[in-house]
Formats: sequence, structure tokens, C-alpha cells
Amino acid sequence: MNYFTKHIAGLTVAAFATFGLASQAKAVEVQEVVSDGGIRAWLIEDHLNPLMTMDIAFTGAGASTDPDGKLGLANMVSGLIDEGAGEMDSQTFRGEMENRSISLSFDAGRDDFAGSLVTLTRERDTAIDLLRLALSEPRFDDEAIERIRAQIVSGLKSAENDPRDIASRTFFKSIFGDHPYARPVSGNFDTVASLNANDFRGFVRHAFAKDNLIIGVAGDITADELGPLLDEAFGSLPDHADLPAIADVTPTFGAVDVVEQDIPQSQAIWGQKGIKRTDPDFYAAYVMNYILGGGGFSSRLTEEVREKRGLAYGVYSYLADLDHAEMMMGGVATRNDAIGQSLSLISTEWTKMKDTGVSQEELDNAKSYLTGAFPLRFTSLGNLSGMLVGMQKEDLGMDFLDRRNSLVDAVTLDDVNRVAGELMDPANVTVTVVGKPEGELAF
Amino acid sequence: MKIPTLSVMFARMPVTASMLAAVMMVMMPHLSQAAVFNPQTVTLDNGMQVVLVENHRAPVVTQMVWYKVGSADEQPGISGIAHFLEHLMFKGTNDIAPGDFSKIVARNGGNDNAFTSWDYTGYFQNIARDRLDLVMKMEADRMANLQLSDDVVLPERDVIIEERRSRIDNNPGALLGEQMRAALYMAHPYGRSIIGWMNEMEQLSTKDALDFYHEWYAPNNAILVVAGDITMDELLPMAKKYYGVIPRGDVSTRHRVKEPVQHAPRKVTMRDPRVGQASMSRYYLAPSYNSENAADAAPLELLSEIIGSGTTSRFFKALVVDQSIASSVGTFYDPVAVDLASFGLYAVPRGDGELADLEKAVDEQIAKLKTDGVTEDELDRAKQKLLDSAVFARDSLSAGARVLGQSLAVGLTVDQVESWPDRISAVTVDQVNEAAKHVFNDKQSVTGWLMPPEGGPVSGSGPAIPLDSGGGVH
Repeated sequence: MNYFTKHIAGLTVAAFATFGLASQAKAVEVQEVVSDGGIRAWLIEDHLNPLMTMDIAFTGAGASTDPDGKLGLANMVSGLIDEGAGEMDSQTFRGEMENRSISLSFDAGRDDFAGSLVTLTRERDTAIDLLRLALSEPRFDDEAIERIRAQIVSGLKSAENDPRDIASRTFFKSIFGDHPYARPVSGNFDTVASLNANDFRGFVRHAFAKDNLIIGVAGDITADELGPLLDEAFGSLPDHADLPAIADVTPTFGAVDVVEQDIPQSQAIWGQKGIKRTDPDFYAAYVMNYILGGGGFSSRLTEEVREKRGLAYGVYSYLADLDHAEMMMGGVATRNDAIGQSLSLISTEWTKMKDTGVSQEELDNAKSYLTGAFPLRFTSLGNLSGMLVGMQKEDLGMDFLDRRNSLVDAVTLDDVNRVAGELMDPANVTVTVVGKPEGELAF
Repeated sequence: MKIPTLSVMFARMPVTASMLAAVMMVMMPHLSQAAVFNPQTVTLDNGMQVVLVENHRAPVVTQMVWYKVGSADEQPGISGIAHFLEHLMFKGTNDIAPGDFSKIVARNGGNDNAFTSWDYTGYFQNIARDRLDLVMKMEADRMANLQLSDDVVLPERDVIIEERRSRIDNNPGALLGEQMRAALYMAHPYGRSIIGWMNEMEQLSTKDALDFYHEWYAPNNAILVVAGDITMDELLPMAKKYYGVIPRGDVSTRHRVKEPVQHAPRKVTMRDPRVGQASMSRYYLAPSYNSENAADAAPLELLSEIIGSGTTSRFFKALVVDQSIASSVGTFYDPVAVDLASFGLYAVPRGDGELADLEKAVDEQIAKLKTDGVTEDELDRAKQKLLDSAVFARDSLSAGARVLGQSLAVGLTVDQVESWPDRISAVTVDQVNEAAKHVFNDKQSVTGWLMPPEGGPVSGSGPAIPLDSGGGVH
């Protein structure tokens, strides 16, 4: 039986791209495996240790699809499908996992519903069976529902007064208005109280399907061995997901929101327009952000706010891309009487980046870090399988690992400075501050 | 013998949640044979120990240097100096300008950070194997040639004060944890806050940092651990060239006071308007692999696994699933310490349940455990889980370096690390039951209650939206 992609009719051929790491001494091969049943996965074989990681994503099945009045549905399902399935109640199912050192977990993000399986080779068959049961025969017993509901409510209570959580939800409400991205992934006290087994069953029926499934596998398994396991785990899923379309959205930036809280240090996050992952200028923006606030002690923000003035322990910026919106965001925490100074310094750097861009030396340093550090991502299996899911989702191609450093190297000084001028938008930045800030706050 | 969790370590740079998870899942590991990491070790003429864990998956290495000094070695009145010095080690030598260390590492495609705990201080870089020579030269340079002056020290003091505000003062759970430790250790410096008490941090000086540096930082008080794509034949000449030439230092010996006999359980209650969800926790004094009653350490690792690790553990099943009185419960125990360790448990009430009722239910479980003991089946399952954790740890480039570094820094040997699976396998039901009776001694315990103000929490503005964006492949 062949479980490989049939690039040549009748022949068993695994498509693969080879990624040569810096020293050329090692190579990471990305293989595409297609099962008899048509389930497709990307695989990096690695037999160093007898274990395997599998990451999956059901695209478009994240919390953004939660119906009004049922906020937190995807999140609660992610907590329930590994709490009893098939003939096994929760304790039996969890016992099979824990006694066999199988790690199986699910997570609902805003866009996607993700799953992660880690198992020793010894327990691989059981692990795959548990994954199948979780996806296709979850029980949703009352005991598990009420227990997980209580845990979610407990988390909501903890988040209610946490400065970082307050900052985050205030910020997202501010920039996304009526769009689903403004809503809480975990729902709220009212909606979580009302969710029931029918809701969960409906979600599973509509959200898990073959046509929105992405699979990445790394570790001690061959393409031959993986094929039948894909059919076993995912073969019974429906062909098509039935999910509401989420509209693209242009966030509204420019507000300054302060949430008063009696804490010694103010927590600030900010954001402005971003850049799509598919934009030809993405890597120019990525390199620019490294220089501005993405590069730790090599970044301008850390130099100005922390190193020169001791105003914060951490200060950073990053590019945040969701499926339907993109942002450039950042964060800092500074004592109440100096948070205004931190924000003012950051604002100055924002404007400076827009107006004068970066130097050739900064660009060279950024490139040497970003390309040199890329192989550090290949030091654990979990990183690899997760990256394979991301590569498929973003449609980066099987040869991405091979091409990636050349994408960074191709960025020119003109590119970065042109993109800095176009992207940086200091006049339209939304800032959210939680604490008791003193003095004027502006960006 | 878990590796240190970052909750009790202070790092130079903020550490992300995913990094935390990666570190916390790694436990002391195992192979079907006795060996765990199969390290090679050599001691240089100046007394510096060199340890290598080969891992040839990718052409990269981790270099770690561990100093056998931490916050528990500080003189009274200058709490936080060990952690402050850790930050200041990035402030330059004659050859490296202040702040350039990490920039040079980054320009060479590497990541670096550092951390401090009660018993040790560590520095590390992850980098391509052909750059190991460079970072080893820099790490050796700052072992012997640190230069400090007020103009770089004082802004950094503001940084650690902001770090304290971020990680402790803005977090009522962390504040309560500090209070509980201070109550648990009546005399021993493990009761001290690693990052330091705020009033003492504000007074830390350049001289304090340099004095601490000269007292403790020397090759004969340090361990080099390298993991990755390199052999001892390649590593040793490099280590000799850079570290081997540094003269032995006149290093202080650790003088730790002994904890007196304790006579009464302590209770610490904290109410704070930022607390939305009440919770309880309890610490008991417990043996470490270095302390009196060290024979209880391996049984206690298994006990913690049996009663409080995972959703099918005994306490979780009883309190969360069967009695529905808790929404979560768990235990923690790390026996890798110079002196005493602590055995901890935490529980969160379900719904609007009272902490008093929850604590009573926890105490009933402890009493039942002391009377009836654990079963052979529970012990077998716990052993298997601990032994399996080895394979997962060995998959990570840095886990072996961390476990070995931590263990050697507190005075354990490579053999003790490598024979851990044998020790775990040999534990009997009787040993676990005896260890449980010893450790669950109320007279040497502290119970903490974390609660909203009287009359309930201050209302917030609804539930959180986690920042889950930005997770693409770049």
C-alpha cells in the first residue's frame, strides 16, 4: 500500500524539499505524505529519540466563529473533547493519556482551532486512537461539562483584574469595534454559563472537516508509517466544514485609553496598522521591526527605554497577523510617574523610524541575527511540527525552510526605509494604559 | 528532580509563556538503561568543571556557565545582590563595552539570557557551533574582568526595580508567595526574596556588586555545561584556552544557618482588590537530595506525582472530579537544593466555594493518605511517567544542560543525575508512605489564602482576550 503523494502515476514518491542548515552539515527534509484516504500531512523525519509530535489546525474554526450569545464556544470545546470520548468517560480517557505519557491538547485561537499530540513511539497507536476519538466521538458528559465550565469561570475571574488582561481586552475592543476580533476568546460569565452539550456537538459537526485540516508531523516515524495513521485519525471526518465567513477588517487606530487600577506600575500596550504576511514587503517590515523593537538588547526601544534610562524591564514591538486583520503592536511597563516618559520615548522612536529609517550597519546586524538564529528553531520536535502547520497555512511552500534566509538577505536598505516611511504611522497609534499613570499620556 | 521552573528564577530578559511551558514540562529524565544524558565531564586544573552533552540534531550549541552562588548566599541587608550582579555581568569589561555582550551574540545569530535562584546563578547562549569559540571567549572574559561604574550600574538598578514591580508587586499571587516563604523559613535564607526586598534593592551599590563578584565568581566556583553539536575533543582545547587560564579564586564557602525546629503551623491571609479568584496553597519543609533525610527525596518525587500531577492524580480525582469542591489542584516538589526543599500544594475552589471548606477537604485527603497510604498500582504508574519524562527531556537541546548544571551547582554529582532512574525505580510503597508521614507535618508548614477584599472583588470590565496573534512562521 502506498501512502505517498503520487507525483508519478503508479509510483510511490514522497515529495520533499531539503533545507540545508548554515554549516551544510545537516539537512531537514520536508516530505508531503498523502494517505490512501486523501489526508495530506507534512512530515520531518527525525529518529534521534523515540517520540513524535503532531500539530494540527482546523482553519477558520477559532473563536471568531462563535455565534453571538455563545461566546467562548470554541474555547470550551477545546477544553472538553479530551475529557471523555467513545466508550471512555473522562477519567478513563485521561488515564489512558497520562499513564502512557501521551500529551494531547487543544486550543481555540481567534482564527483556528489547534491540536497538539506528543507521544513516545511505544504508545503511538493508542495516541492516534485517542486523537480520533476526541475529534469524532467526544462524549460531553455532564460531569466534564460542569467541571470544565467551573475552570473557565475561574479563569475569567482571575483575568478580570489582571492588568495585562485588562489592557489586552480594552485594546482589542478599542480597535476592532463590532468585529468578532473584539470579542473575548474565552467568552464571558453569561455566555459560558449558557453553553450546553448541543452547542458543543454542533460545533464539532461543523468545525472539524477534511477541507479545513492542516497537519504537521515531526519525529520518529516514516512516511510509510504515517499514512495509515492519518486515515485512522482523520478518515471519519466529514469532507467539508460548515463555518461562517469572517469579514476582513481594518482596525481603527488613534485612541488613548486609560483604565485606572491601583497598582505601582502602569502596563501599556499599543498598536497601529500592520502588514499582511503575503505582502511582498513583509520581510522588509520584519527586519525593520527587529531593529525597532523586536530584537531585545539589539533594538532601539530597549536601548532608549531600558539601557539608557532604566524605565522598564521589558519593552518590545512585533508584527501581529490575524487572518482578517494585521497590526504592528508593542508593550511596556513602567512606574506610574514615568510611564508618560516611556511612551514619549517610544513615540519619538516611532517617528524617527518613519522619517529617517535605519542605517546600513543596523540592517546588516539585523540580517546576521535573523539568518544566523534560524537554525536554533530546529532544536526540538515541537518547534518543527508547529512550523510545518504554519508553513501550510501561510502557503509558504515546502521549500520555505530552504528559501527563508534568502528572503531575509534580499531585503535592501532602500526596501526597509521605504517600508518604514509607508508603514510607520505615529499619528494613528492606539495606546491602552492600565494603572495609575501620572502626567500626560500621548503617543 | 525537576529542573528549575522560572517562577522561582529571575531572568535578565522577560521570558515568554511558551518558553516557560517548555521549561516546566521538562523533568529529570530517563533511559531504559541507567544513563540519562550520557554526559562527559572533565575538571580543568583551576578547578572548573566542564560537562558536555552531545546532541547532533542541528549544528548549534548551548553554552551555560553556572556559578555556585545565589541569593541565599547574600549577606543580610543586601538582598537581591546576586540577581543584580547577574544583570550587571552584561555591563562590560576592558574588551567589551557596556551592553555590547548581547549585541555581539545577536550579530552572530545567537540568543542569550541569564538567571538567578537561591543556590545558583547561570548564563547561557544558544548559537551556531562555529561561534562557540567567540561566546566562550566573552564568557571567560567577564568571569575575570568585569568593569562596573555608577553610570551603568544605577540605571540598571532602576531596571531591576521595574522588574520587581512587573513580576511581584503587580501580581498579588507572587506577593503572597514571598510572604509565605518568609514565614516558612524562620532562619534559613531560602525565606529571602530572590529579586530582593524593595527597600534593600533601592540601596544596592556598585561596591556591593563588585564585592559579591570578587567573593564568588571564579573558575573553581563555576561549571561549564555545553550541549549540542560538538565532541569533547573539540570542546576541551577551547575550554582550556579560555577558562583554563583564569587563576583560581579565593572563593568564600557557603555558610547557611540551620533551620530551627518549628513548633506551629503558620497561616498567611492576603486580601487584594486585584484578586478575582480566591485560592489556597501550602508549603511544607521537605528534604532535598543534600539535606538530612535525603532518602525521602525520591519517594517524595513519586508522592508528588501520585497525588498532584495531572487530571487523574489522587487529589485531582477526589477534590475536582468526585467532590466537585475544587476547580483545580496540584502539588510541586523540587529536591535539587543545597539545603532544605519544600513540598507544595495549591487548590482553587469551585464556584463560590469557601477556602475554609476547601482546605478542610484537602486536609481530609492528606489524613487519608497518611492512614491508608498509596497503592502499588499508583506507584507503578507514577514511576513509568517519571521515567518516560527522560525521553522528552532529551529531545530538547538545553534540558540536559539545565538539569546537569542545576544539580552540579547544588553539590550533586553527575553519577547522582545519571542514576536517578535507578533511584526512582527502586522506591517502594512503604518508602512513599513513610515519606508522606514525615513531610505532612503541620508544625513545619505555612498555609496561604489569597482572597478578594471583604465584599467581593472590584468589578473589572469583562473577561480577557488573550494576545494570540503573531504566531505565524517568519
